[in-house]
Amino acid sequence: MLPDNLKENPVAAAVEGELSAAMLDGRFEHGELTLEIAPAEIVRVCRLLKQRQQFERLSGVTAVDRYPAEPRFEVVYHLHSVGKNQRVRLKCRLGGEAPEIDSVTGVWRGADWYEREVYDLFGVVFRGHPNLRRILMPDNWVGHPLRKDYPVHGYKYSYAEPES
Amino acid sequence: MALNLGPQHPSTHGVLRLMAELDGEIIVKADCEIGYLHTGIEKECEQKLYQQVVTCTDRVDYLAPLSNNLCYCLAVERLLGLEIPPRAQWMRVLLTELTRLNSHLVWLGTHALDVGAMSVFLYCFREREDILRIFEMFSGQRMMTSYFRIGGLALEASRGWQQAVKRFIDAFPGHVDEYEDLLTENPIWLKRTKGVGWMSLADLLDYGVTGPMLRAAGLAWDLRKAEPYTSYEKFEFEIPTRTEGDVYARYQVRLEEMRQSTRIVRQALEGMPSGPWKADAPKVVLPDREKMKTEMEALSHHFKIVTEGFRVPPGEVYQVIESPRGELGYYVVSDGSAKPWRVHIHGPSFGNLQAAPKMIEGRIIADTIAVLGSMDFVLGDTDR
Repeated sequence: MLPDNLKENPVAAAVEGELSAAMLDGRFEHGELTLEIAPAEIVRVCRLLKQRQQFERLSGVTAVDRYPAEPRFEVVYHLHSVGKNQRVRLKCRLGGEAPEIDSVTGVWRGADWYEREVYDLFGVVFRGHPNLRRILMPDNWVGHPLRKDYPVHGYKYSYAEPES
Repeated sequence: MALNLGPQHPSTHGVLRLMAELDGEIIVKADCEIGYLHTGIEKECEQKLYQQVVTCTDRVDYLAPLSNNLCYCLAVERLLGLEIPPRAQWMRVLLTELTRLNSHLVWLGTHALDVGAMSVFLYCFREREDILRIFEMFSGQRMMTSYFRIGGLALEASRGWQQAVKRFIDAFPGHVDEYEDLLTENPIWLKRTKGVGWMSLADLLDYGVTGPMLRAAGLAWDLRKAEPYTSYEKFEFEIPTRTEGDVYARYQVRLEEMRQSTRIVRQALEGMPSGPWKADAPKVVLPDREKMKTEMEALSHHFKIVTEGFRVPPGEVYQVIESPRGELGYYVVSDGSAKPWRVHIHGPSFGNLQAAPKMIEGRIIADTIAVLGSMDFVLGDTDR
C-alpha cells in the first residue's frame, strides 16, 4: 500500500496503478524514492518501469542482511532513467534458509554479474539466471561471506596447507 | 584453441582472467573471470567506525583514490544532514579533478603501451609524478590520501599549494598537445583503434556500462552535470562526446576530458573561497589541534569521536559521482549506531567489464588488447 505522501509521485503511482498487489510500502528520504515490492512480482514491476517509465538503466543489484530480523535478506535494485534523470530503489524482503527470487536478467542483461555477486556473497538464488555461479569467491568456497553470521576472518586461519 | 589470458598479464590491467576460444586468430567465444583481487572491503567496512571506513575506500579504485573518498563522505554527510563549507567543497572539486587527470594519465600511458606506443607511457608518468607530488603536499601521501573526511578535509592545505597547482596547470595543456602529436594522427594508432570494439549505445546501456564509453557512443550524460555534487554546478566545463563508439572515439573523449578537467582546476584555483575547511559539527568533525590542547570541550569531543565514533541516524542513501571510469556509487545503510550496517560499493568497472566478452567476440586477439585498454577498468573497483 502506498503511503499518502507518495500518492503524487508519478513513478510510485504508476506501479500502484498497474500492479497494486506488488507495492507493499514506499518511502521518500534524502531525496530518494524507495519502493518495497513483493518478491513474486519483481520482474513485472521492473518490466513496467523499464518500458513505461523509461528506466532503461539498471544501476545495480545488491542485498542487505538484516539478521537477526526476519525476513532476513533485502534484495535492493537501483534503477536509473537517463532521459528523465531520475532514480528509484526497489526492495524485496526474502527470508528463510534458502531464499529465492526471480532473476531480472530478462529485463536488463546487465543484471547478470550483479545477481551472481548477490548469490556468491549472500546465498540468494536467482531463478532463471543464465549462469548462476560464484563470481568473486573461488568456485569451491563454502559459505556466503557477507552474511552477518559469517565471521570477518573466515573459518580457517590459513589456506596454505593442503586439505588432509 | 582455448587461450587463457591469465590473471597475471601486463595487458589485463590488473588481475583479470580472460578465457577465449579461438578459431585461427579470431575469438569465437570469450568469458571473463574476476575475483582475484577480492579483499572483502565491504565486509571490512561493516566492522569499522564511519570515519575509519574512509581509509578503506581509497583502496577500492586505487588509481582515483580521492574519488572514492569523496563519494563515501558525500553519502555519510547526506545521512547526517551536514552542511559543508564552500572552501571545503571547492577544494574537493580541485583535488577530484586532479585525480581525474591522474587516472586518465595512467589510462593513456598503459593503453598506448599495450597497443605498442611505448614512449607515451613515459611522458604520461612524468606528468603524473607532478600530480602525486601535489597530493603529497596536501596529505602526506602520494596515492592513498584519505584527504577527504566526513565533514570536510583532513588537514588544512599546506603553504605553497597554490603555486604548485598553478605551475602544473599552466604546463599541462602543452603536455596534452604532446600526447596528441604522438597519437591522434599516427597511422599505426589509427589502424589499431579506428572501428575496433564498437558496441551499440542500447547494448551498452543494457549491460550497465557507464562513463566515457557511453559518451564516446553519443550519450551526453555526465553525473557532474546531471546530478551535481559538491558545488560542480558552479563550474563551467563541457562534456565531450563522439558518435563512433569505437576505441579511437573513447581515446578522443578521454583526452578532451583531460582538457576540461584542466579548465575546472584553473577555475577552482582562481576562485577558491576562504573560510573554514570543515563543517561546524563538533560531535562529528574532529576539532582543531590547538583547540584540542587548550579547551576542555574540544578535548572531550576529540576523545569521543576517536574512540566511540559518532552515531548516524538510521536510513540509507545511494550517492553517485562521476569517477574517471563512470558512475561510482556508494550505498550506505545505517542502523543508528556508530558503524555502518552495510556499505555497498557500485564500482563502474564491474558494469563496464560485463560488456567485455560481447565486445571482443568475433575479432582478433590484437583488438582485444586495444578494447580492454579502452575500457579503462581497474580490478579494485570490480572485485573490491
